[in-house]
Amino acid sequence: MTSILELLVRLAVWLLLAPLLPGVINKVKAWVAGRRGPPVLQLYYDLARLWRKGVVVSTLASPGFIAGPAIAWVAVLAAALLLPLGPLGAALSFRGDVILLVYLLALARFCTAWAALETGSAFEGMGAAREVSYAVLAEAAVITAVLTLSMQSGSLVLSVMLTPSAGPGAVLLAVGLFTVLLAENCRVPFDDPNTHLELTMIHEVMVLDHSGPPLAAVLHGAAMKLLLFSILLVQAVLPVGELAPVTAAGTLIAAVLVVTVAVGMVESLLARAAFRRVPLLLTTAFLLCVFALLVAWKGGAA
Amino acid sequence: MSDLLNLLIGLAMGLNLVALGTSRLPSLIRVAAVQGMVLGTMPLVMEWDELRVLVLVVAAATVAMKGLVIPALLRRAMRTANIDRDLYPLIGFVPSLLLGAAGMIGAVGLARRLPLLPEHHESLLVAGALASVLTGLLLLIGRSKAISQVCGYLILENGIYLFGLLLIHSTPLLVEGGILLDLTVAVFVTGIIVDRIQRAFDSLDTRKLTVLRE
Repeated sequence: MTSILELLVRLAVWLLLAPLLPGVINKVKAWVAGRRGPPVLQLYYDLARLWRKGVVVSTLASPGFIAGPAIAWVAVLAAALLLPLGPLGAALSFRGDVILLVYLLALARFCTAWAALETGSAFEGMGAAREVSYAVLAEAAVITAVLTLSMQSGSLVLSVMLTPSAGPGAVLLAVGLFTVLLAENCRVPFDDPNTHLELTMIHEVMVLDHSGPPLAAVLHGAAMKLLLFSILLVQAVLPVGELAPVTAAGTLIAAVLVVTVAVGMVESLLARAAFRRVPLLLTTAFLLCVFALLVAWKGGAA
Repeated sequence: MSDLLNLLIGLAMGLNLVALGTSRLPSLIRVAAVQGMVLGTMPLVMEWDELRVLVLVVAAATVAMKGLVIPALLRRAMRTANIDRDLYPLIGFVPSLLLGAAGMIGAVGLARRLPLLPEHHESLLVAGALASVLTGLLLLIGRSKAISQVCGYLILENGIYLFGLLLIHSTPLLVEGGILLDLTVAVFVTGIIVDRIQRAFDSLDTRKLTVLRE
């Protein structure tokens, strides 16, 4: 009984807190630019509004147009439940769950791209192609980061891997994972979430033809993915799992806020990179994770 | 002390990768300059316990030459020749970055197998030297502009300098000073040559310099 209650509380935390992050990022951007900016809760209002609206479906689209965002949303939520929260551990934990986490995120990406292709529009296809080709490089970096963590802890269980701090390679790993976070969540310098110029956008262009509840699912899923990556980054670097529950919760919240503000600052201070520079940036992130892996390996040998 | 030294060498190795990944000529020059300065401070770190005046002088001269004089000469050459600041690589940025990283890992692996003196076992000196030499070679092969090749040569020389630090107790530092002087003269001459090449050929692309003519 208590486990069901705990699961429900976890679900509620993930579902309710996730839309805060884009709000905080937008507030930071507005603050840097000297504007007042939209309220922090703006995404909640947007989601509520979208949920009440109807859906416009292209005559070309198969049921996959609706199923894609739905499956993607559920996959991100399932991945979120696999992620341990400090000393509380994960809702579900088993050997090799980290690989399931990586592939649930890949499934979510596949479903978004699939739904984008369903519209039959060239723009959406272009966005899907870009998203998937960046993801190939970003995934290499994520897998290397995961290898580093499992090398350090000698385990394939997420809650064990994320408990200790990342040791001497922590800085390398943090920068690598932060770059992956920016790429995976389609933030500047990889993609500009504000742009509505079809030729330059990636994630936004995929969801151009979505409306109503499916669009709400896409937006909420993106917010949850951002929260998931921030928590993963924080726990990979800081030994949150070794602290007492209250301090751990405080550290986790503070560190996630720091990550979010950092994303906002990056977005305000950097321009988006030219397309041909993006593979270079992602390769750099991959190499940073490779060197973190080497440090972990060498440290383990010595 | 050896931790600080390894940190500096790690920094120099990271700068190697930055040099391979950068696409602008001014930032390549800056990277070579910063690496030269990092290397210049290393004799100080190694000899901190019994600091000699000569070490101090050579370190200061290295930092000044590699960090200030040579980059200034290169920047002047770049300005007077009025060249396009984008680098057009023969080996793309991503492949050269991956090659550089593979070379770095190989260098660390090779350095562990070499029969070094016991006091050098823990140090990254040999690995850093090999990695810098490899990076310099990659830049020399993979970039087509004369000035970027000079930067590759500078990074290669930085690697040789790192090797030289292994023998800091047995070679007179005067030799280092002599090498530094040679290097500065070489860069100075290259600066003039770059200007001449630009005037004669309207380009600094070394691929066009294959045919002799009157």
